[in-house]
Amino acid sequence: MSSISGIESPPSNPPGTAAQLSVALPVLAVLLASAVFAAFVALYGQNPFTVFGLIVQGGFGSSFAWQDTLSRAAPLILVGLAVAIPAQAGLVIIGGEGALVLGGLAGAVVTLPFAGAHALPMQVIMLVAGALAGGLWFGLASLLRQYRGVNETISSLLLSYIGIAIFHHLTEGLLRDPASLDKPSTHPIDPSYMLPVLPGVGVHAGLAVSLALAIIAHVVLRYTRWGFALRVVGGSARVARMVGLAVNRWVIGATFVAGGMAGVAGAIEVAAVQGTANSSLIVGYGYSGILVAFLARHQPLAIVAVALLIGGMQASASLLQRRLELPDATMLVFQGLIFVCVLVADAIAQQLRENTRR
Amino acid sequence: MTAPQVELLNMTKRFGANLALNNVSLLIRSGTVHALLGENGAGKSTLVKCLVGFYHPENGHIQVNGREHRLNSPKDADALGIGMVYQHFTLVPSMTVAQNLVVSGARLPAYINWQSELKRLTEVTKKLPFHVPLDVRVSQLSAGEKQKAEIVKQLYLGRKLLILDEPTSVLTPAEADEVLGYVRSLTRAGELSAVLISHKFHEVRRYADDVTVLRRGASVRTGAVADLSDDALAEAMIGEPVSKMVQHAPKSPPKPNIVLSIKDLCVNGDNGLPAVKDLSLAVREGEIAGIAGVSGNGQLELVEAMMGQRDRNGTITVSGSSFNGTRKEIARLGVYGLPQEPLKNACIDRMSLAENLALRNFDRAPLCRGIAMNYGALAVQAERLVAQFRVKAPGLTASMNALSGGNVQRAVLARELTQDVRLLIASNPTFGLDFVACEETYRRIVEARNGGAAVLLISEDLDELLGLVDRVLVMSAGRIVHEVLADCADKRVIGKYMAGMKAA
Ligand SMILES: Nc1ncnc2c1ncn2[C@@H]1O[C@H](COP(=O)(O)OP(=O)(O)OP(=O)(O)O)[C@@H](O)[C@H]1O
Ligand SMILES: [Mg+2]
Repeated sequence: MSSISGIESPPSNPPGTAAQLSVALPVLAVLLASAVFAAFVALYGQNPFTVFGLIVQGGFGSSFAWQDTLSRAAPLILVGLAVAIPAQAGLVIIGGEGALVLGGLAGAVVTLPFAGAHALPMQVIMLVAGALAGGLWFGLASLLRQYRGVNETISSLLLSYIGIAIFHHLTEGLLRDPASLDKPSTHPIDPSYMLPVLPGVGVHAGLAVSLALAIIAHVVLRYTRWGFALRVVGGSARVARMVGLAVNRWVIGATFVAGGMAGVAGAIEVAAVQGTANSSLIVGYGYSGILVAFLARHQPLAIVAVALLIGGMQASASLLQRRLELPDATMLVFQGLIFVCVLVADAIAQQLRENTRR
Repeated sequence: MTAPQVELLNMTKRFGANLALNNVSLLIRSGTVHALLGENGAGKSTLVKCLVGFYHPENGHIQVNGREHRLNSPKDADALGIGMVYQHFTLVPSMTVAQNLVVSGARLPAYINWQSELKRLTEVTKKLPFHVPLDVRVSQLSAGEKQKAEIVKQLYLGRKLLILDEPTSVLTPAEADEVLGYVRSLTRAGELSAVLISHKFHEVRRYADDVTVLRRGASVRTGAVADLSDDALAEAMIGEPVSKMVQHAPKSPPKPNIVLSIKDLCVNGDNGLPAVKDLSLAVREGEIAGIAGVSGNGQLELVEAMMGQRDRNGTITVSGSSFNGTRKEIARLGVYGLPQEPLKNACIDRMSLAENLALRNFDRAPLCRGIAMNYGALAVQAERLVAQFRVKAPGLTASMNALSGGNVQRAVLARELTQDVRLLIASNPTFGLDFVACEETYRRIVEARNGGAAVLLISEDLDELLGLVDRVLVMSAGRIVHEVLADCADKRVIGKYMAGMKAA
């Protein structure tokens, strides 16, 4: 993958067209996708304005809607970061789903031997276990890339499927709680270990963890020498080697951290929502994360905003289904349209950049 | 169509606030070679990029054989038979030369009959006075061969106005002579007109009919080469009488302690075959050791291995400690380098000029405290370096792509030579520099030497090398085949060793 759009040197962003372009393009892409989506629902005999009204209402129209949106945004932020961080180092990794489910599985089983302990250390252990599992999974993809020349985009996607298969294999076999009859699950975690609800917000503490990690990622990438070094590595491995940066370590380290983010997302889903690891974890957050990161142009703070938008859209799906009897997948169509439009906009931006040079 | 007459009228081109071309007019007479001279950043590349439709000037006309044409894209230029060999290579590395040539045709048939195409190609290349291997992958060609292939491509495409932007910076003098001599013969025969951008006066004198000097985007002198002396051209370039070349500080004899020691170094080339074979050498404190050799004899791989960009076998020690190119070692032992093709090998185009200037010390005070970057200090440093080395750039936040070729080189010089250099590895450090910048680079390298640094200078330009170094090592087929003190060096003997012959 030669170029990843949206990676720019932050403090030296040229103030002019380039910066404006990087905001305008995603917005344009969403508008274009909305237009196509409007046509799509019109084909179903629905009034597009009603549909968009319901999306806003279902995602952001009430405190209940906001809670739903926020609790979806929490994992989306993390899987978005899982794509954005390797992107700084020049990698396109799209296997977030696999890292997420394995992180969730690790989080679900790690505390099972310790019933009745203090909650806080157990919650920390769950998140750390999730991070390690996810990190190792992503780390594999970058190991293969650095030492075997395997394209990381493809390997991470395939590894994702393997991760999901392992998840099924274990939750339906070795780690299955015999009491889980219709939906094979691991033994439920001690209820006292569940992440608390944030007072006043009504959303689980995983949201705070996600936000904190996004802010940390923002600060690290933008204001520290680590972020600088990572951009050097991502900009040119040749030059990074010339100035003495250990390219392999930086790339593998960055993907490990990124996989850790996705793993934490899974662990949060378990520790805050499900209470156990089962197939409810596999709802495509990992893939939505790709959309989130690309739409946010791999900028951590923008990822928070985009995660809210996409979270809101997903939250409104059930309302659309109830009110208009639009199928559940309608929202997936919308998301897919946005993604395609972002990619097209990127291609056009490339062209524009070349033209403005002239 | 025979050699066209091309006229550029009142060309003006801006990049933001930067006036790159200011009302430049240029007449390329039919069947002549027209040279463009000018300092780094004078606007030479910009002018010819307008001529191939790559840039769109704000103002100006282009007339071909007296008829006005608008060039909106390189395709329009192609239709007029105008083609360019760029400062950097454009062939696809993973394809053979023949494939590159055939595929570059504007109207590619849906079905390619390779057999007949190859036959046609062989016809074309047979007439050439130099050899270009057709069925070899471009990635395996030496720089000189690549450049020849680029030119053959233009001829194969039937170009009638050939633009050469610093075509010889990667060629040995002999190769340059083959290539430019051929272009010259084609123009003499009236089959071609050409524009030649060069920093080398002797080339302009030898191969060009007319010359135009650009200074800060304006055309300041134009005329027949025969009517203008080198001094007059140089004066026009820099806008003031040229002072006599600076005298290098007198050489002091090198100190006995060895700084760089390489033992039994083996390095593979891109094609997986050994490029450097059991090479051993040593460079002392206060000494410039020069490696002479025809390009493609392992110099590139040697440099990359020393810079930690290529796997190697064998030991490299610097000041007694083994050197593996980690950041700590680089800073402690003072190992810095000036690689060739600096835009690709020493700069990150996605990052700004200021950031590129900080690649060596971004993780040290004052640019960094703890882990926190201080971007204010980074900008201050950049400002200082840009002023000190007279880097001309649209701004500190400009991307490296916006700098002219020579100014990229200056930026790298500024970054590398302002460190605490104890070992400098310089590979063709003056490629693409104008004569003022060349002198300055030589001066700085000599200064580094006189300050006690050991310098390993790799150059394909034997004259440059002999004028600068204390000791010459000749590299051929991956080995050092000859070694002589510069004072006793005989160019003919060195030339023989370079050509791979044993001394008579
Ligand atoms: N794409 C660009 N964006 C902004 N500025 C540019 C761009 N390309 C060139 N410039 C500026 O235009 C001026 C002329 O550049 P040009 O490349 O034509 O110089 P040149 O004469 O070819 O120099 P050199 O001998 O170093 O190759 C320079 O000041 C350069 O910084
Ligand atoms: Mg140029």
